Amino acid sequence: MAVAVRAEGLTRRFGAFVAVDHVSFEIAPGEVWGFLGPNGAGKSTTIRMLCGVLAPSAGRAEVLGYDARRHPEAVKARIGYMSQRFALWSDLTVRENLAFYAGVYGLRGREARERIAAWLERLGLLDRQDALAGTLSGGYRQRLALAAAVLHRPPVVFLDEPTAGMDPLSRRQFWELIRGFAEDGTTVMVTTHYMDEAEHCDRLAFIDQGRIIAQGSPAEIKARQMVGHVLEVRVEPLIEALAVVEEHPAVREAALYGAAIHATVDQPEAGPALAAALAARGFAVEGVEPVLPSLEDVFVALVEAREREAAA
Amino acid sequence: MSWQRLASIVRKEVAQLLRDRRTLGSMISLPVIQLVLFGYLSSQVLHQPTVVWDQSSSAESRALIQAFENTRYFAVRYAARTLREVERRLDAGQARVGLVIPPDYARRVRAGTPAQVMVVVDASDATGAQVLMAVAGGVGASLSQDLAVRALARRGQRAPPPPVEVRTRAWYNPNLESRVFIVPGVLGLIMMFTTTFMTMGTIVRERELGTLEQIVVTPLRPAELMLGKILPLVALGYLNLTFILVLAWLWFDVAVRGSLVLLYAVTLAFFFSSLGVGVLISTVSRTFNQATQLAQLVLLPSILLSGFLFPRESLPPPLQGIGYGVPLTYFITVLRGIIVKGVGIADLWPQILALVGLGSLVFTLAIVRFQKRID
Repeated sequence: MAVAVRAEGLTRRFGAFVAVDHVSFEIAPGEVWGFLGPNGAGKSTTIRMLCGVLAPSAGRAEVLGYDARRHPEAVKARIGYMSQRFALWSDLTVRENLAFYAGVYGLRGREARERIAAWLERLGLLDRQDALAGTLSGGYRQRLALAAAVLHRPPVVFLDEPTAGMDPLSRRQFWELIRGFAEDGTTVMVTTHYMDEAEHCDRLAFIDQGRIIAQGSPAEIKARQMVGHVLEVRVEPLIEALAVVEEHPAVREAALYGAAIHATVDQPEAGPALAAALAARGFAVEGVEPVLPSLEDVFVALVEAREREAAA
Repeated sequence: MSWQRLASIVRKEVAQLLRDRRTLGSMISLPVIQLVLFGYLSSQVLHQPTVVWDQSSSAESRALIQAFENTRYFAVRYAARTLREVERRLDAGQARVGLVIPPDYARRVRAGTPAQVMVVVDASDATGAQVLMAVAGGVGASLSQDLAVRALARRGQRAPPPPVEVRTRAWYNPNLESRVFIVPGVLGLIMMFTTTFMTMGTIVRERELGTLEQIVVTPLRPAELMLGKILPLVALGYLNLTFILVLAWLWFDVAVRGSLVLLYAVTLAFFFSSLGVGVLISTVSRTFNQATQLAQLVLLPSILLSGFLFPRESLPPPLQGIGYGVPLTYFITVLRGIIVKGVGIADLWPQILALVGLGSLVFTLAIVRFQKRID
């Protein structure tokens, strides 16, 4: 079997609103597949259809060869799922939470105890196993939720915004866990709205307003989708400068990127002219340099291109 | 149905219930508060504060006042010297009954001519007032007969037997104590409230927390989830029932006269309907607050229609009809039958049958709705 997860023209309407609009993709076994897009783009709805808990309005969702709509029980027994909300009971202890999921997924006796013990050690929670889950910090909680979702070693794992609200260090640790599964052969589908996390994925898709607007490996997407070049403009004051950069004739789009502005231009030689224009308006320009486009730049460019098309 | 999955959810629910001190505390305090409130407040018709304006001040008038006090319904608290004073005590709510004895009372009684005394009752609470007026009338009648017999005896005659003598017996509750009526009602009411609210709590809370979203993706089936949540609540309901029965017995002296086995068996049938109502409400509520409001909409009418506080016979016929659809109606009848009258299946089978029927109906509906809402 060459495909672990397959979506074919997957569509979900809620009344007149189309949450997921003819989405198609294939995830190979052992792949870390990222699903990126802003909040409300249709990521969770897609995952819920793949897990067999939401019926598609049209199209097919298939996991490990099982149609999620016709055989939801077969799919549910073979997947792990972590929702974007806190999926643990804060009035149960760390161990009780894990024991509940072990029981629900049919793990028994010694096997269950050993796997729980192994995860407690891996998460560094051995000495807090009898503490209430509600007393854990956010990062630990998310990792515990992940452990609960994969305790039964499912071949396919769906993680819906697993790193939402985490600090950068916790996010990095979390991604190390995810890479760990993938190396063991687990297929991982992970959604996020943090663009920097996309670089951790083998392949990914961008979704916006229910439609996939680009997919491939990070390198492929950057190469294929990015028309133009990116200039990183370091300038003070930042917010006021953004308006000036946006209006400059050589600039196609501009967006804040950390403590700088990323401007998409057709010609990289436009840099000095842009710097001069900013200086002429009284801004303190520290530097304007061409940089490699990040996935975020690509995404911003794609979304703005789409919006221009829609307006035209 | 997998026993292992069912056991997992039962273990989880039990752990959460045992950790929820507030709910457990309310399961103990609620019965105590309710029993005290209903058990004591409703017997207030005894020892009513009474103001007396005795213008006769004679041995006869004192005998009359004593006769009133002997009934235990009247407790003389105030002596008035004017009618205005009697009015003032009643207006202020200090006295509930006013007794006015005319100046010529003793003379008329001695002469054997009809004497009139006036009894004024504050009838703001109509039920209590009716009782007091009937008792006052009874005092007058028995005193009159007594005087007549004595008058005849003085003339050396024997009194003829009264043409009609009505002898009354209060069955099942010979001392007419309201708590005997109230305790089974409070028991039914608490059983209904706790089981319905606990069910709503345990289901709606999962939805509010978002854990339901996670549970539906596991192999756990809706029927396993629902049963796993309900079984611990049935056990808790039985603990609560036992606690209330012991409390009623030790504190209020109301012991179960009939079969305890039958009482516990019938309670299971009632649990099916009250738990089912809880599940049904949870399937249409997003938050616990919504569920609570809906529950009040459902539970308050069943209190009024079930005959918990006033006899169902006093309701207008259409409301009586609706009362037949309320499980609490049958449960309270059965509870009163078993606890107060000590009767068994031979007398209670129609109510038990109705209870089992309603319970199965509500519970089946709940399972069907729950399956749909969870998937």
